[in-house]
Amino acid sequence: MKFFTDENLLLAEEIIGRYPKPRSAMIPLLHLAQEQEGWVTDEAMAEIAELVGTTSAEVLGTCSFYEMFKRHPVGKYVINICTTMSCALMGAGDLMKHAELRLGVKSGSTTADGMFTLEGAECQAACTEAPCLQVNYRHQYKVTANQFDALVEELGSSDHEVPEHGVLSQVRQHIPEDRFVGVVPPEDVTTAPVWLNDNGSDQ
Amino acid sequence: MSDQAPSEVTVTVNGTEIEAQPGEMLIAATDRAGIHIPRFCYHERMSSVGMCRMCLVDVDTGRGPMLQPSCMVPVADGMVVDTESDDTKRAQEGILEFLLVNHPLDCPVCDKGGECPLQDQTIAYGPGESRFVEEKRHFEKPIPISDLVHLDRERCILCDRCTRFADEIAGDPLIQFTERGNSTQVLTFPDEPFSSYFSGNTVQICPVGALTAAPYRFKARPWDLEETESTCTTCSMGCRISVQSSRNELVRYLGVDVESVNHGWLCDKGRFNFEAINSDERLTVPLVRDQENQRQLLGTDWGSALAAAAEAIGQAGPQGVGIIGGSRLTNEDAYAWSKMARSVIGTDNIDAQLDDGLPAELVLGLPPATIADACEADTVLIVGPDLKEELAILHLRLRGAATRGRTKVVQIGPTATGSESYAQHSIRCQAGEAAKTLTELLSSSDPLAQQLRDGSVVTILGRASMAESADPAISVAAVIRAELPHATFLSALRRGNVRGALDMGLAPGFLPGRVRIDNPSQALLQKWTDIPKEQGLGTTEMLQAAAAGKIETLVLLGADPLCDFPDRNLAAEAIQKVKTVVAIDNFVTSSVAQADIVLPATAYGEQNGTTTNIEGRVSRVIQKITPPGSTRDDWMIATELAWRLGGDLGLTSKDEIWREIEQVAPSHTGITLERVTSDETHEGILVQQSSIDLTLPIPQDTPIADGYGLRLISGRKLWDGATATAHSPSLQHLAEPPTLKVHPNDLQRLGIPSGSEVRVISTRATENLTAVADSNIQRGTAVLPFNQPGGGANRFIDATATINDIRIETL
Ligand code: SF4
Ligand code: SF4
Ligand code: FES
Repeated sequence: MKFFTDENLLLAEEIIGRYPKPRSAMIPLLHLAQEQEGWVTDEAMAEIAELVGTTSAEVLGTCSFYEMFKRHPVGKYVINICTTMSCALMGAGDLMKHAELRLGVKSGSTTADGMFTLEGAECQAACTEAPCLQVNYRHQYKVTANQFDALVEELGSSDHEVPEHGVLSQVRQHIPEDRFVGVVPPEDVTTAPVWLNDNGSDQ
Repeated sequence: MSDQAPSEVTVTVNGTEIEAQPGEMLIAATDRAGIHIPRFCYHERMSSVGMCRMCLVDVDTGRGPMLQPSCMVPVADGMVVDTESDDTKRAQEGILEFLLVNHPLDCPVCDKGGECPLQDQTIAYGPGESRFVEEKRHFEKPIPISDLVHLDRERCILCDRCTRFADEIAGDPLIQFTERGNSTQVLTFPDEPFSSYFSGNTVQICPVGALTAAPYRFKARPWDLEETESTCTTCSMGCRISVQSSRNELVRYLGVDVESVNHGWLCDKGRFNFEAINSDERLTVPLVRDQENQRQLLGTDWGSALAAAAEAIGQAGPQGVGIIGGSRLTNEDAYAWSKMARSVIGTDNIDAQLDDGLPAELVLGLPPATIADACEADTVLIVGPDLKEELAILHLRLRGAATRGRTKVVQIGPTATGSESYAQHSIRCQAGEAAKTLTELLSSSDPLAQQLRDGSVVTILGRASMAESADPAISVAAVIRAELPHATFLSALRRGNVRGALDMGLAPGFLPGRVRIDNPSQALLQKWTDIPKEQGLGTTEMLQAAAAGKIETLVLLGADPLCDFPDRNLAAEAIQKVKTVVAIDNFVTSSVAQADIVLPATAYGEQNGTTTNIEGRVSRVIQKITPPGSTRDDWMIATELAWRLGGDLGLTSKDEIWREIEQVAPSHTGITLERVTSDETHEGILVQQSSIDLTLPIPQDTPIADGYGLRLISGRKLWDGATATAHSPSLQHLAEPPTLKVHPNDLQRLGIPSGSEVRVISTRATENLTAVADSNIQRGTAVLPFNQPGGGANRFIDATATINDIRIETL
């Protein structure tokens, strides 16, 4: 069983090293897995379990709690149309209907060419800009039917900046090793954590 | 925080003041005071999580009453609590209405119906009616989450008891809450079942019928069950259980919470092997070998079978008889056989252990420790078998002490074990060389050496591998006695009431009450007509004598040497050679199939008596069902045989036997029949005095392995070919076929791909097995489980060798 690419495996080990306990790296590794494949496969969860020293069931428990970890294949672009109150009042229902017709799929499914997944979503915290949607979690405000069509056009071309589903950022950050917490044996911990100090100051 | 924490705080509950311990949760304090607060998720043996909110009560800490979950609120001095206020009642009604929103209410077809906390608390605290008219959520029901446990997600109230148990207590987090909100559900990972050795406990603690046990599904309704509190005798841990039957058939065991032993938990083997007792394959009538067709055993009557057995024993004479086994027996039965052997037959050739444990003098003579001592010690030193496989609940207790307490677990052994996950140190040594490793450690400047010298130490001592003699374990005991005189010992012994059998003198050279044969009490001399002068033979010596034609009659007291004795060849030769084998058993095991006279005995649940666990704790086993056919208790068989041999044991009931034990066994003085039949046996009565003084030999070096061989290591698995497992339909397929595990480099050196069939050669046998590479195995060793169906390690083992080596070859 081998899920992560060699390059990502190195990265996974770097990420694990940042934490005092390997298990703390579970969510970052789920992101890494989703970035590699576009969604989180069973193989990925099993491998993450092995890497952080726990059971696959625990990784599944964590992964499935978060809606933004997809456990089934999704399109290259996931479009979430907000359906909560403000957007609903400002025409999200019509927008959704339009989107379904334009993409030819029902909300909750993926186009046959694997380009788009259409979903309804809860409030995206942009009520002043209703109706709004997100493409791979990047906001679009006050979306009209025409704008929606234009967006689909644009995503279909190569001329846009939205990365594929799963990509968190286009610049990979590396944290220098001297800033890792790493594993501190309990007997080496001599001071109480900062937040337990009397005045909360770091001394 | 003040320096002086108060030792007790006072809380007023419903107008009455109660005492509570600082730091404990309110619900624990009210429980102790006998004030009941309803709950679903709270469990006194697990951490509080506040999942269900059923335990909301009005708590006033000076700012006016407020609803608070009593399982999450630590007591505080002066706290005023009302568990019956109007607000509390409204909260309880509300919570139950919510819990029932998605509950299918299939009580009529639910195993839990009749003993269901959700049913009971809905009636006691519920609103009586629901405002919910919409469709409930639906799931496929039920789904098997392991071979033994089924999950019905519609019934689940998401209390987190099963998942918490799996993670916190068992250390097998294979079930989890998945998804969230309305879709939250307990699940395993796809294709990774909840195959924990402790899975049955989740069924017992589930407050609804969401988790059901395959062996009990639809077998009975709680109101048809009769129950009695008893003790599990599957291994020598002695967990307390509730034995439940319906229509004279055992249908369920539940764990009973006792502080000193099992904390309410059971392993799945102990929990579910009641199926064997109900098996159609049980022996129900005496059998004798057919004179015409020697391959056949024929049913006969007790009179002729006993007469034939007595004749064979009588003709063989005291030195010509050997008695092997006895750990299946209750203490009373063991005593009757001990007396019968010494005082009627006149032989001391008797041994309850199959040379797979420790010499009796070590068990009886080393400074004793209890399970609780181990769980409170600074360090627990394990030198012995894999406790997770062989004494599963001891493993659970130690895991708890190590993960939640301050006890440090250190193990020294040749292979990876189930204790590794919670051990402070797992020190690998060469097979049979733990004493050497320990000596080196103690003479080093390693902080661990200091830890062992300065703090309290409990040693769990046993035979790590069936492929080594007792010498390596004796050497370990000698090193510890010399270097760590403050250390105490808990013997990791194999099989049921083995400790009780040793206490009753089922070991050569020992009499009931932990005394040597040359030191009988006056009381014993009055009750026993004669005692052999010479120390007799142990199991290995008996089998050797039998193979050499010096023993004519072999009595197997519930023993199956062909499967359980480390050396199958010697056992087979002995059984072949002796004139008569008399077997007293519940099933036709491999050895019983070779016997000439077979006497069917009553089994667990069919007899009363006492049993003794590894720490020397005496508790009761109780009869729940009528024995099948014409089976008899072992003590009755002993008295009948004695009578036919011209003797008289003078024993007419189990109670009477206990009275005699109390008189003649010095260690048991004062443990009267009244005490062993009282409530005291709920926790069990600890018997620790012993008059054995022990001189341990100077440790011997283990022979060096030659460069070609692999050192054989063989322990038992929880699921193996054990008789009770093999006769339990739900369990028998859980035992995996045998594979030989070898370090990848060793396989590579021989050019053998992992997973291929190899020829295994020892001084005893040459046979084919599948070899699998495993980097957890040390180089130069090979691990083969002792008794998996399809081939045991005993074929390859020479019981007379200190240690056994094998060679492997490509086919
Ligand atoms: S299955 Fe039972 S024990 Fe587990 S969370 Fe659901 S109700 Fe609780
Ligand atoms: S650990 Fe032993 S005594 Fe306890 S339930 Fe399991 S088999 Fe029975
Ligand atoms: S028992 Fe307190 S919240 Fe469940």
